[in-house]
Order: sequence, then C-alpha cells, then structure tokens
Amino acid sequence: MRWVLIGSLTDIPRRGARCVETPKGKIAVFRTSEDRVFAIEDHCPHKGGPLSQGIVHAAAVTCPLHNWVISLETGRALGADEGSARTIPVKVESDEIFIALAADSKADRAA
Amino acid sequence: MAEKLVIIGNGMAPGRMLEHLLESVPGRYAVTIFNAEPRVNYDRIMLSPVLSGEKNFEQIIIHGDGWYIKNAITLYKGHKIVAIDRDAKTVTSDHGVVEPYDKLVIATGSVPFILPVPGNNLAGVLSYRDLDDVNAMLLAAQSRTKAVVIGGGLLGLEAAAGLEAQGMDVTVLHLMPTLMERQLDPAAGYLLQRAIEDRGIKVICKANTKAIIGHKKVEGVELADGRIIPATLVVMAAGIKPNAGLAKEAGLAANRGILVDAGMRTSDPAIFAVGECAEVGGHVYGLVAPLYEMARVAAAHLADAKSTAAFVHNDTPTKLKVTGIELFSLGDFADGDDRHEIVLRDASAGVYKRIILKDNRIIGTVLYGETADGAWFNDLKKKQVDITDMRDTLIFGQAYQGGTPLDPMAAVAALPDDAEICGCNGVCKGKIVGAIQEKGLTSLDDVRAHTKASASCGSCTGLVEQLMSLTLGASYNPAAVQPMCGCTILGHDDVRRLIKAKELKNIYAVMQELEWTTSCGCAKCRPALNYYLVCDWPGEYADDYQSRFINERVHANIQKNGTYSVVPRMWGGVTSAKELRAIADVVDKFNIPTVKVTGGQRIDMLGVKKEDLPAVWADLGKAGFVSGHAYAKGLRTVKTCVGTDWCRFGTQNSTGLGIRIEKFMWGSWTPAKVKMAVSGCPRNCAEATCKDVGVICVDSGYEIHFAGAAGLDIKGTEVLGLVKTENEALEVIVALVQMYREQARYLERIYKWAKRVTIDEIRRQVFHNLEKRKGYYDRFVYSQRFAQVDPWSERVSGLHKHEFKPMATIGLAQAAE
Repeated sequence: MRWVLIGSLTDIPRRGARCVETPKGKIAVFRTSEDRVFAIEDHCPHKGGPLSQGIVHAAAVTCPLHNWVISLETGRALGADEGSARTIPVKVESDEIFIALAADSKADRAA
Repeated sequence: MAEKLVIIGNGMAPGRMLEHLLESVPGRYAVTIFNAEPRVNYDRIMLSPVLSGEKNFEQIIIHGDGWYIKNAITLYKGHKIVAIDRDAKTVTSDHGVVEPYDKLVIATGSVPFILPVPGNNLAGVLSYRDLDDVNAMLLAAQSRTKAVVIGGGLLGLEAAAGLEAQGMDVTVLHLMPTLMERQLDPAAGYLLQRAIEDRGIKVICKANTKAIIGHKKVEGVELADGRIIPATLVVMAAGIKPNAGLAKEAGLAANRGILVDAGMRTSDPAIFAVGECAEVGGHVYGLVAPLYEMARVAAAHLADAKSTAAFVHNDTPTKLKVTGIELFSLGDFADGDDRHEIVLRDASAGVYKRIILKDNRIIGTVLYGETADGAWFNDLKKKQVDITDMRDTLIFGQAYQGGTPLDPMAAVAALPDDAEICGCNGVCKGKIVGAIQEKGLTSLDDVRAHTKASASCGSCTGLVEQLMSLTLGASYNPAAVQPMCGCTILGHDDVRRLIKAKELKNIYAVMQELEWTTSCGCAKCRPALNYYLVCDWPGEYADDYQSRFINERVHANIQKNGTYSVVPRMWGGVTSAKELRAIADVVDKFNIPTVKVTGGQRIDMLGVKKEDLPAVWADLGKAGFVSGHAYAKGLRTVKTCVGTDWCRFGTQNSTGLGIRIEKFMWGSWTPAKVKMAVSGCPRNCAEATCKDVGVICVDSGYEIHFAGAAGLDIKGTEVLGLVKTENEALEVIVALVQMYREQARYLERIYKWAKRVTIDEIRRQVFHNLEKRKGYYDRFVYSQRFAQVDPWSERVSGLHKHEFKPMATIGLAQAAE
C-alpha cells in the first residue's frame, strides 16, 4: 500500500465531495461538516450511481440516482437496503489529504 | 401619603425590582424613574438577536408604556441625572428637573471600556451597550463592507455574529490567545473559534490594537505587529466597567462599583444601588441572574425595613447567544494540584465537555456543542453534591445516572423540584410545575407570563416545554403532524411558519432553533429547508449549494450513467436557424450522443460529461442561450401555440404571452417543478389544461387555469377566472405562483397544494382580493431581483469550478510506481 497525495482539505467543500481519477476507476473523497474525510469508490452498490454527486449528511451520503444512503465509514448501505461500496484508506496530515493505493501488482498494471 | 421613590436608570435590574415592589407593597411608593435612554425598559440580553435581525425592538420590550401608566409610575425618558444632593434629598436631571426623594435607587449600569488608543473617537467607532449602539451598527451594516470587532468575549462575539448576519465582512480582534478565555478553557475556545470562523468571520487572537486609523471616519485598525485591518466600522467590545461616577461625586463609598452591603444599601441608608453599577462582597456583575437577585433583595428592603434578605454570591453560568453555537461555562476551571478533571471529547460531533472537581465536588464546568446537562451540573455544584458514586458516568450527563440512559423527558422528570430551569430568572422546576397546576396554564406564553421561565434569553425553552408536557400529559400536545423527515418532529407547515416567525435565516439556525435531532440533517430535509429559506428571505439568505440535489447544484440533469443532459431555454418554444446551428455545433464539438425534442418544446442534449458542462454552456451562451432550468424545482417551460401570428383560429397572441410569462418568471425557485402553457383558442393545441398553470385565450380575454397534472396523476385543470388583458393575466399568474411558493410543502406540486388549501381559497386570495394579489405579485417581483441570474454564464465565468474538475488524476505510472 502506498500513500498518494491528492490535494488539500480546502479543495473539498464541507458537506461535499470531489472525485479522484485512478486507473482503477473513480474514487469519491468526502469532507463532512466536521472536517472528517472519507474515500470510497464512486459507485453506488445499487445501480452504480456516482456517490460523489450526492448530498452529504453526517457521515453518510445519499446517492443521487435512487436515494440509497451509504455510510462513509463502512461503505455499506444504511437502512433497509443491502450492499456495499469499497472504502479506500485515507489520511489527513496538516490539511493534506492522502489516499492509499493498493500495492504494486500486475493486476494493477493491467488496469 | 406615599413615600417618594426615585430610581436613576431604567434597565433590567430596577425594572425587576419594581415588579417585586408592586407585588409586595402596592401603593407604598410614588415612583419616579429617570432614564438616560429615551425609551422604556427592554431586555438587553436580546440586543444580539435584534442586531442579527432575528428579533425587532418591539419583541424585546419588557415594560411597555402602558405598564408605567397602569402602575402610576412617572418615567422621564432621555433624562440623565447630573447631580444627587444628599442633604436636600433631591436629584437633578440634565433638563433641569429637580425631584425630591425619600428613598433613592441608583441603577446606572455600566459603561463600555474604550481602548485608550489614538483614533478611538473617530466616526464609525461604536460600543455595544444599548439600542442606540445596535441601531448605529445596523445602519453601518447596510454598506455591507468590512467591520472589526475588538474583543472576543461574550459581547464581542455576539456583535460579530450579528454584523455577519447583516452581511458585513467581520474580523474579530482578541488580545488573548483564545476566545472567551474568562469563561472557556483553551480547548473549548478553539472549538468556538472554529465555529465562528465557519460562519465566515475572521478571528485574530493575540491581536494587540495599537491605533484606529482614518481621517474623520474610521478606515481601519492597526495592530502592534504592524498589520492593518481595513474597516468602515469598529465595535469596541473589550469589556465594561461599573458606571459609578455620579455616586462618587455625591460622596457615596465606591470602589470599582458603588459599595453596597448584602441588603444593597449604599453608605447612605436612604440610597440603594442595584445592577452592574453595584459592588457587593467584592464582586461586580454583568450577567442578568445576579442582577435580578440584587433586584429581589433591594425590593425586600424597600418593602420592609426589617427584612433580612441578603445577596449571596453565586457563580452564574455563561451562555453565548449566537444561533447555532452551544456553549455553557460555569465556575472555576483553572488547573490545580488539588483538582481533578473529567473530559469528554467527540471531535466528529464537535462536542467537548469538562468538569473540574475539588474534593469530589464540582467547582466548574465547560460544555461545548452539547449543553443540555448544564442545568444539572449547575445544580450539583450549587448544592455541593459529593459525586463519588457517579464519577464514572458523570460526564455523560444526568440521563446516564443509574445505569441505563433515560430519554430526555425522563431526565427532566428526574430533576428535583429545586433544580434551576431558567438561569436568567432563577426559576426552579417546582415553581414552574406549581404555576402550571395552580393557574391551569396550557401554553408556553402563559408559563412565561406567570413564572418568567424562558422569558429572557430563551435558551431553556426546550426544558420548559418538557416540563409542560410532563405536567399536562396528553393535553399538551402540539397537533400531531407528519414530520418532515427523521431529523425532526415538526411537519413542513410548522417549519415554514417558524422560519418566518422566528426569522431563521440559515440552515444551521433552523436546525438549532427547531431542535433538529441530527447534526446536519439528511437528504430529505436539507433541500426543503434550503428552498424555504431561499423563498422566504430573498436577498438575505445565501443559497446552500451543498444542500441542493446534484441537478440544481450543477444546473444539469444527472442521467443513469452519471453523465448529464443539457436543455437551453427556448422562450415559448420558439427558435431560429442561428440557435439550431449553435446547438448542432455544440453536439458535434462535444460528441454528444443523443439529441431529443422534449415535451416542453425545446431541445435536450443527453450524455454530456460533467467536465464538459462549462465549455458546452460557454458555446451555447455565445449564441444567446441561457439555462432552461430543466433540472429545477422551479419554472420549467411555457408551451405555446402560434396563436394570432399564424393560426386561422387564434384569438390572441398566445406565443407572445407565453414568452412574456417565461421571461418574467424564469429563474424562480418553487416547491416543485412548474410547467405552464398558453393556448390561443379553446382547441388548446398547447395542452394548457393539464399544466400547473395554463391559459386558454378566448375572444373576450384570457381564461386562467391551474392545478392540472399529467404525470403520476392525470387531472384536468381548474378554472381560476377570466381576465380581460394580458397584463392582468400576468399579474394573476404571478400572484398564484407566489402564493404557492410561500405556502406549499417542498416537492408538493400545485395540484396537490390546491387540493389541500382548496381552489376557492386560492381564487379568493389571488383573483378576487386585489390587495392580496398585489402583495403576492410585489413579493415575487422583489425575489426575482436575486433569482434571475443565468446559472450557466455564472459557471462559465468560474463559479464553483471545483464541481466540474476531478480533484486529482492518478496516472497508471503513478499508481504502479
């Protein structure tokens, strides 16, 4: 696993999200009203909606396509829905945000 | 004959003293009051809500003119007493009135501490003590320019928040390293600073003001380190000092304040002093609770010379009256070897709690973010309860004592009768419950009137309501309604009403004041609240984009694969070769996969990548296109037929009217989408009779229809009425839509709203009642001043750039490195 700098905390609006493009697809990086930062794949477990475009409330996001509510902490759907989006390790050091990319592997290269 | 009681000053303390006197010995004294301010007694604690616009002056009056008349009190407004002659027992006002007294009460309050720096007398430098200061600040705030508040204490922060709410760019300068250091420890001070900064107020700590600069008028503040903060308004809120000058000149014993004994008597037995000007037991006071206690004691001695009432020092909890910030501080919280502390931090919830113990008893408490247990901690401290047995769970609050958490209602039920509920007025639980039972009180206003509980700063309103609920049981039941969402017990109608009544002007204020149960709402309530605020406070409320659904945030419609569709406005469905060419060019340039004609007579480009949106809009904008708001809970299309321009059956210029309506109403936000149509004759080719609002032109004029539906439900329109002219048609339609904007619930289409409030009522208000119609029309026109901005061109010019670009792109090489 390797930490990659993706930008600073202020690049993301509070209660908002930004996308990071990676060879393995889009990652949505969220910033909550309390400045907690989460990263999960930008893909709703329901029908693949872009979670980065949803409304962020507490530590959850509501998918813009069909209103599934996804926990930012676990990537799991909350409430009656079932499903899960992959979470990506993220850390904030003096306002700089890093996400962890999977270790070097052939699969990654191929992607 | 009645003895003569003269009171110098007409603030909250003497006002309360008089209430006690009138109750205990009515008629004993002939009362004369001299008030340097030209007005009646008002609630100074509530000046901050007046400054922020949440209240007006009338709402904070304690004693109106009628009260003085009813109680036969002579009130000299705008009279400052300039001399006390203790031998002759008279006072003299600056207007030359000489009044004899048997008993005199000095209640001259305090004066602001003005920093002794150059420029402190420039125009535009104000203090923050009375209504005149507030009015001066409100006037200055109209410029919407920069303000500096000197002092990061209670008053300074309230002033800063108020000025910010009035649209000023505010900087707070604070000499100490953290805000409110006298009430808060550094950790809570830091949380507070962050919350203040979140509102857009700049905070500079360790800021030593060297001078206020400017020619005649203030232009800025210079700090000792050379920094210059530009400002057209400077508010000095660096503290207060007792106003004891008059008493000193009269030869009364004074130190910092006028020295009084525990019975509030000065060194002259005929003269009492109460309020901020008095010094008792080595303390001077600035918070209302001890001042009211002084009032009680002084009144007892004035009523009965043998009274044994005595003022006892008590630590008073401090609360900050800035909407949306919960803060409670009590007692002593400095570190010390003989002290222990219990600390709870929950960073994600923004909660910090600290209890300072000495010999297993609470001596101080700081609560930030979650202050419900303040009253309980205060009670434990006051009674010096040994907390050894509950030490492990003490910090979690009263609800967690005894193993299982109690619900908030049970926590209130568990409070002892002598627990203080209202700190400002010193009202305990037993008194409130007793008053409710004995006097048969059923409303919050009644309880306030009889007990004064929650009648000053209002922060204990929730507790008082819980007590009412407990005491009255099912008979105290705010009508059962469907809550807006899981975050509140209130329904849409209540929320809309309270937003107006309490003048709540941002989402945090709504959630705070209406006691949302979640920290920042959910995807259901946030867009609704944002709409209500946009609708109710045009020009004042700043749209919260993070509370808008993605379509309204990026001004395009999200599609199933995450791409967007773009629909430019085609006024009345009319287009031209130039416009069509521009659309064709855009489609080619950006490889837009699908182009489709919509049901609303315009063209939809589907499958546009989000990153391309600004460039697509830029090209469309060059051809004169603006956003069609096809994504909005707002005005969508006005369909037309060709009317008298071409049609052999047309009776009126339906195309022209449709375009006119669309140009007048575009950009307005509504509870749900609004689709309109204008047909030139009853053949109704524009299908106006299934629209939210429709017009059928006839020979004799314009038949206005509304409340149709052709979606989930199919419903023909209702006829609102027939008008003769185009102008009148426009006015009625605008008034109808404005009434809908002001009253409907979010996502409620016009036909559902109309069913609820009835067709007749709507007809009465916007068709028959010309005055109401005009009112709705005018409010719509006003709000359009702020709404009619093309969102596409704004974004082409760079607004919300972050929305359209990835934050970072990690390449293959970088990922695999």
